[in-house]
Amino acid sequence: MKALILVGGFGTRLRPLTLTLPKPLVEFANKPMILHQIENLAKAGVKDIVLAVNYRPEIMVATLKQYEEEFGVTITFSVETEPLGTAGPLALARDILGKDDTPFFVLNSDIICDYPFEQLRDFHLGHGNEGTIVVTKVDDPSKYGVIVNQADSTRIERFVEKPKEFISNKINAGIYVLSPSVLDRIELKPTSIEKEVFPYIAQDGQLHTFDLEGFWMDVGQPKDFLTGTCLYLSHLSKKKPQELANPTLDYVHKGNVMVHPTAKIGKDCRIGPNVVIGPNVVIGDGVRLQRCVVLQGAKVKDYAWVQSSIIGWHSSVGRWSRLEGCSVLGDDVTINDEIYVNGGSILPHKGISNNITEPQIIM
Amino acid sequence: MSTFKAVILVGGPSRATRFRPLSLDVPKPLFPVAGAPVVSHHLRALSKVDGLKEVLIIGFFEDNVFSRFVDDAATEFPNLHIRYLREYQELGTAGGLYHFRDEILRGNPQQFFVIHVDIASAFPLNEMVEAHMKHRGLCTMLGTKVPREQATKYGCLVAKPSTNEVLHYVEKPDSFISDLISCGVFLFDTAVFGEMKKAIDRKKDSTEENDYLWTPSDDKLRLEQDLLRPLSEQHKLYVHVTENFWRQIKTAGSSIPANAAYLELIKKESPEKLAQSKPEGPEIIGAVYIHPSAHVDPTAKIGPNVSIGPRVTVGKGVRIKDSIILDNVQLGTASCVLHSVIGWNSKIGKWTRVEGSPASDHNIDMMKNGVKSQSITILGKEVLVADEVIVRNCIVLPHKELKSSFHSEILM
Repeated sequence: MKALILVGGFGTRLRPLTLTLPKPLVEFANKPMILHQIENLAKAGVKDIVLAVNYRPEIMVATLKQYEEEFGVTITFSVETEPLGTAGPLALARDILGKDDTPFFVLNSDIICDYPFEQLRDFHLGHGNEGTIVVTKVDDPSKYGVIVNQADSTRIERFVEKPKEFISNKINAGIYVLSPSVLDRIELKPTSIEKEVFPYIAQDGQLHTFDLEGFWMDVGQPKDFLTGTCLYLSHLSKKKPQELANPTLDYVHKGNVMVHPTAKIGKDCRIGPNVVIGPNVVIGDGVRLQRCVVLQGAKVKDYAWVQSSIIGWHSSVGRWSRLEGCSVLGDDVTINDEIYVNGGSILPHKGISNNITEPQIIM
Repeated sequence: MSTFKAVILVGGPSRATRFRPLSLDVPKPLFPVAGAPVVSHHLRALSKVDGLKEVLIIGFFEDNVFSRFVDDAATEFPNLHIRYLREYQELGTAGGLYHFRDEILRGNPQQFFVIHVDIASAFPLNEMVEAHMKHRGLCTMLGTKVPREQATKYGCLVAKPSTNEVLHYVEKPDSFISDLISCGVFLFDTAVFGEMKKAIDRKKDSTEENDYLWTPSDDKLRLEQDLLRPLSEQHKLYVHVTENFWRQIKTAGSSIPANAAYLELIKKESPEKLAQSKPEGPEIIGAVYIHPSAHVDPTAKIGPNVSIGPRVTVGKGVRIKDSIILDNVQLGTASCVLHSVIGWNSKIGKWTRVEGSPASDHNIDMMKNGVKSQSITILGKEVLVADEVIVRNCIVLPHKELKSSFHSEILM
């Protein structure tokens, strides 16, 4: 089997983190985002992975080389010279995706979920039609394009963009399995797969839905990155509790805390729920962390208080500082002692010595 | 025989509305700044004047308000005889002086100081005495320079640089007159009572002439407007300009810069009264006063410019800076208090942050265009603040329980 991962461009929605690393390499739960996907694809028997990118950061090439060996896959970069939308990249990668009769996966690089690739493959082969779209249920379907099935069938009847009245709460989860014949429907030009390809396959009765079990989140921006982290940690607590910190540890507060083995935690801390602490992080004494992500090499000094924030690589949070309101520190940011930051998005290599009381970007 | 006496004008309960919410629980003159009531800093300075044996505190608070303080002050300043004299009604700043003239003149002092209570100063009283003896005027007033744009909020004066004679005095002028202002500290010859009599007579005459304008307030005699202005016209008013610190204590938030200034002064004069950093902790920065009955955890970091009152408990990893912590307050583990006054018996939770904005040099309005100005955060008496919340740039009235975070609000 083969897979195409739609990576796209500069990851502007996840800045300031993506000023330092391309989005697929930003760690989600202590693992580069794309690694979550590669691991699961490899498990489902995928051998060829194509990354559809707008540009080709060298750092990504180097990192992905390691994964090729580790997971026994071939990873190819398919670089668009102009933005090709969500369908154009399929045409561009036709040589790999269409090289044999097996279906291929297509996924959006921002999606974190309990990837059901094996079941999805079996389901797709089972119905024998051209395409399968993974759908997830949302509380507020009016913000999304929803999918309406034929009565008592997985077959898709139609798509309705941002419905005003409730017709379905199933939305496109951004993960597909397609048969190579779909490639004949796509031209090499900017095209939207959702709007210009799927409706026609559905018309032909060739498109099915696959219900996603469990959590799903588009983690392309900081607020959702944190929400996705919460969902992922609670998923782990059910499926692989051994990956989380032991809830009986004295610093773990209300469970669901992930601490990298190389991280150091001080005395009298209260950490959790929903905290991820990365490699070589140093947490001082009496620190309170909740609903936050501390990336590799960062330092949170004594008696600091951090909530709903992302602390970038090698950043430092001063003693008695308070971070909240979806603050995001880029790489190597220093927050001085006793500083209050509410909703600050702080670009790399900045030092902060005055309070940031209202959400703002610090250039 | 004593050559000098002193009068401290303390006003009354209705005068301290701008000092709310702190004045709801203690009269402003007794509010503790740098570990001692506001008025005792005046007494400390007066106790250093040779030949000064008696201090009269004049105001219209109930007698019992000051009785305990006067007892304590007698122990602290054994060389001073301190009494509280209550005005039968609000008489105005000079009206009270005139009313109690017999008390002031008893024992035939030659000069007497008059000091407003609502100021914080290094009180260079001996320098004033020296200056006073060099001229033939009836009064030496203490003056200081303030930023030009602030000057019109005060009594402004123009002085002749060669002689320090005050040529012109205007209380809170509409337009800029001078950046030299009156500090509210005066040294009078006792002969000034003659001038006060004249001023009262003048007021009566003008009242009769303008009968239809008569209001009860004209009964009062105001020190600045009714007495100093005529004195300057008669070339009997002189100024001694100080470059040492001077602050008004008007709003509750102004207690913080006053606290800082007094702590710095104590650090210079008697550093042994202040807390010292010890290797085993707590870490002390700059000038910090800690009452002996307070308990401070060795992991705390305190200072600069912090006063901690009796029976206060400061928990593990607490940070306090530029703040006054009043009696019996409890500060929870890892809490952080910056630029704030924490009222009596208040409780601050764990990882809780109480933060004000650094006070500017001079008083600012509490509200601007309906938005609370950035200033010191004040928690009144017995305020409870929950764990992990932030209370920033707020004024909290007594007996409130705050369970969530607040920013820039007055919490009734």
